[in-house]
Amino acid sequence: MSGRPLIVENARIVDPASGFDAVGALRVEGGRIAAVSAGAAQGAPEGAIRVDAKGLVLAPGLVDLRVFTGEPGREYRETLQSAGEAAAAGGVTSFLAMPDTQPAIDDGALVDYLARRAQATCKVRVLPAAAITKGLKGEEITEFGLLREAGAVAFTDGRHSIQSSAVLRSAFSYAANFDMPVLHHVRDNALAGEGVMNDSLFASVLGLKGIPGVAETIPLARDLELAAATGVRYHAAQVSTARSVELLADAKRRSGNVSAGVSINNLSLNENDVGAYRTFFRLNPPLRSEDDRRAMIEGLRSGAIDTIHSDHDPQDTEVKRQPFAEASDGAIGLETMLAAALRLHHSGDIDLMTLLRAMTSRPAEILGIDAGTLKAGAPADFILIDLDYPWQVKESDFHSRSRNTAFEGARLAGKVAATYVAGQRVFEREGVPA
Amino acid sequence: MAPASPAEATPADPLLGVTIPFKHKHLLGISQLNQYEILELLNRAEAMIPVSRQPRKSLPTLAGKTQINLFFEPSTRTQASFEIAGKRLGAQVMNMSVKTSSVTKGETLIDTAATLNAMRPDVIIVRHAASGAVELLSQKVTCSVVNAGDGTHEHPTQALLDALTIRQHKQRLAGLTVAICGDIANSRVARSNLLLLGAMQVRTRVIAPRTLLPVGIENLATEVFTDMREGLKDVDVVMMLRLQHERANGRLIPSVREFYRFYGLDAEKLALAKPDAIVMHPGPMNRGVEIDPAIADGARSVITDQVEMGVAVRMAVLDTLLEETSQVQS
Repeated sequence: MSGRPLIVENARIVDPASGFDAVGALRVEGGRIAAVSAGAAQGAPEGAIRVDAKGLVLAPGLVDLRVFTGEPGREYRETLQSAGEAAAAGGVTSFLAMPDTQPAIDDGALVDYLARRAQATCKVRVLPAAAITKGLKGEEITEFGLLREAGAVAFTDGRHSIQSSAVLRSAFSYAANFDMPVLHHVRDNALAGEGVMNDSLFASVLGLKGIPGVAETIPLARDLELAAATGVRYHAAQVSTARSVELLADAKRRSGNVSAGVSINNLSLNENDVGAYRTFFRLNPPLRSEDDRRAMIEGLRSGAIDTIHSDHDPQDTEVKRQPFAEASDGAIGLETMLAAALRLHHSGDIDLMTLLRAMTSRPAEILGIDAGTLKAGAPADFILIDLDYPWQVKESDFHSRSRNTAFEGARLAGKVAATYVAGQRVFEREGVPA
Repeated sequence: MAPASPAEATPADPLLGVTIPFKHKHLLGISQLNQYEILELLNRAEAMIPVSRQPRKSLPTLAGKTQINLFFEPSTRTQASFEIAGKRLGAQVMNMSVKTSSVTKGETLIDTAATLNAMRPDVIIVRHAASGAVELLSQKVTCSVVNAGDGTHEHPTQALLDALTIRQHKQRLAGLTVAICGDIANSRVARSNLLLLGAMQVRTRVIAPRTLLPVGIENLATEVFTDMREGLKDVDVVMMLRLQHERANGRLIPSVREFYRFYGLDAEKLALAKPDAIVMHPGPMNRGVEIDPAIADGARSVITDQVEMGVAVRMAVLDTLLEETSQVQS
């Protein structure tokens, strides 16, 4: 993975980990970052490849904390390889692979399998997440120690939410014992009931059953209490309501071990996007009100919310081309996350540094991995972004095997020009010089 | 064609006697209709009433047309009403009941739609347990589609037949006050009625315990009452809804007897409505749950009239949708 040294010059380098934001040069040697400097490149080694990135932003590769693939078990939806292609195109150089596969990733041998398959087929880094409970059933905790040894970097039950406070307390304690982060999707299944969208007037008009905000805030409040009691590194996988932001802000005032993420969907879209029963907007958590969406933005600005993830969840037409109440949840997002997030930069809602931090250094810190940074010695995973590049989302352009995007037809500004993993270029937009 | 009834059209009304063009290919919900289109459908339905009252009940305007009744949810009454309506207009009617248990196992709704569409029907009448399912199906076929009830979303022909029944008894719609009582949250009948009555300048009230009211109902153009006695004061029409037995299991309401005590229509509560108030129910009724049997079968009940108007409305809807000149969209 080493090859010739690489120098990227004349880029606007934005590195949230250090706060560096200036036009300068990046030097890569042996697949790792050798130096970042303002101005012209310094100390260029003999025979280095030189890339002129004038007009482009150079940022660390994105770290996505929530990506579902279909491997193993549902390869027709997404393989690690196709997810890797999609990730590279979207500027994501590392993603946490959710354990919701068939079988679920709840055993060391499966973590090992996943890591080997990823190594062999995927062009970006796959970070295996292991299940908190066996079979994702929410009952018995898995072998955290052995799973960690096999290469799991975090524990999560993916799209499943553990309902038992006792199981969670035990899982949090045991994870703290191994100093491993736990990412938990908060949803009270009884309160969510048969709900399929935000509980609001809009749901009433459509005749759809609603999911009330308390189906999220009650389990979140419980988790935050348990996190404080056990000292676990707790990450609320995704929040969607304004009240959740308040709960998080309060918990963070008391403890440093909690964090939270928001899906790009809940940051960019609201319940009105469901329109006439459009199932690609059927998501979990559901798209909430515009006030809730604004609260997500506010939460990122204030630091109550730490990370933005794609919630990339490939689903086939068989389960999506159904009546809304009978369709599956989920939308793909690896290839649109960055551009959708940049809307908030262009609109002046969130500055570029904060936005990129939520997709690079913060998720890496939460996992405790050496990624999402341009500091010397770190793996040379970085992206070149054409901040203003105008494009329209077309599902036929996707690299993902599934087409269930919530951004079909959206006009976006900003796109990845090139993606590098370990100093090697793994993606370049058509027309971008090598 | 019958002229618009006097209450809606004053002598100066330029719409009097004018046939209003109907531009829709499907009837998916009341929400797609404006007040003129509703009025037109009601007028056409009124004109259909005598057809069913004559000895030979036939007006073969749909001879040679094929109608498929596709019911994913069992409904004897609505299905029979659509079948009779189609047959009285001379259409060939085929009933297809799809067991709910087998739906989505294997063949999807869209597969079913494509299969039926290939048989070239002229209209498909659809009932489905999921809100929005009928609209989804309509996007996948080339013929007209009529919504015979989708989940808790809409049941447009029920709202039309209710309006026609009210108009037959009160000679007008505008200015009346109608109270809809019971399980509003889970009722497509309530939703369609609120839309239709609102469009026709009828004042509406909903009466239900909080657990049976949909979120945000107070933001719709309707008055909300949780006390039935308050809500029934001086209304012209009392529209009762069916309470599904499974709602009375202690989750949404504690018991049938408690529901009947506070939200069942009995003589004492009905006495608060106007003396000439009529009582309606979309059926099938739970006597002793939401309505006193003596009232259900009493002089002020117009429930069997609703059934008769149902056939007239469905004849008018079929006739209107399949009228070759009426289809603008393809």
